[in-house]
Amino acid sequence: MKLLGLIIVLATGALLILATAEFPPWGDPNSPASLHVSPRYIEKTMEETSVPNAVTSVLADYRGFDTMFETTVIFAAGVSCFMLLRLFGKEKSETVHYRHLLTGLTIRVRRRREGLEQLGEFERMDSLWTPHDIILRTLSRFLIPFIQLFALYVIAHGHHSPGGGFQGGVILGASLILMAISQDMNSALERIRERTLAMLSVAGVAIYAGTGAMCLLLGSNFLDYAALARLLWVDPVGARSLGIFLVEVGVGMAVMATMIVIYHNLASEGRLDEGL
Amino acid sequence: MMWELDLLVLSLVVICGVGSLLIRDLLGAAILFGAYSFMMCVLWAIMGAVDVAFTEASVGAGVSTVFFVAAVFHTTRRTKD
Repeated sequence: MKLLGLIIVLATGALLILATAEFPPWGDPNSPASLHVSPRYIEKTMEETSVPNAVTSVLADYRGFDTMFETTVIFAAGVSCFMLLRLFGKEKSETVHYRHLLTGLTIRVRRRREGLEQLGEFERMDSLWTPHDIILRTLSRFLIPFIQLFALYVIAHGHHSPGGGFQGGVILGASLILMAISQDMNSALERIRERTLAMLSVAGVAIYAGTGAMCLLLGSNFLDYAALARLLWVDPVGARSLGIFLVEVGVGMAVMATMIVIYHNLASEGRLDEGL
Repeated sequence: MMWELDLLVLSLVVICGVGSLLIRDLLGAAILFGAYSFMMCVLWAIMGAVDVAFTEASVGAGVSTVFFVAAVFHTTRRTKD
């Protein structure tokens, strides 16, 4: 069986390598893509959408339909991870550990006690808890705001430089994942609840589709942002630029929430009580 | 771009990819896969596709490595095959 697999892999690989010989050379000015498609975008992007970064305008405007379904795919991945991993209602009667904040004393109780947590003297801790490394903890605390600021910059500055909703959303999600790793999952979940994350991921996709539907309502094609000019009080070219920005914000929200949901469910085996 | 740099990065991509398949330790495989993603990102940047390189760096080398490590923690570290 292994031999058969190896033969199939080698044959497919050889076929692919043979097929690449038929490709036009890298950067060939006479290839069809460079003759008709690329010049159109490179020359017209600035006057049609006033977005200097042609990649962003192609992704979110000319090929906006593609990106909408890419966002939907990310959302679907998050939902399927949630459905596969999350444990509903199976609250196992496993022991919970608490630490007395003043003395550092650790106690183990049969099940979760709400009263003990509200007392303010005990902190719930993971069963495999180890003392936090002060360097890691302080450094992540210091880094997380800058990572988040950079992520917002990436989303907002996608018109002019590489970046956009997708990358910015992933970086924003990564900052919250870093918080869940460097401290613990409960304190990360206190900052942003599971319910909020679910709402954000749905809202992101809804913003994208809603922007498209709004264009439809204003008597234009789906995702033709020029129609938004009347709503936003700008000229049609500026409306296309602003429409791209709206869509990027939606993508960023959906991607951020999905990444965190996947991480939380993966790291806690769907119980969402303790992380790595 | 210099072809030497191209060749170096491309061979590192192949080494990391094959290494992550062959290694028995799953955590090592996850980290090698992250290195593979990062080398792919450098390759995209060399070819001038900065947007794709950015995505590869944040998704491939960043978040997916974390997902792999999180998954490895809930299974055995050694593979059977």
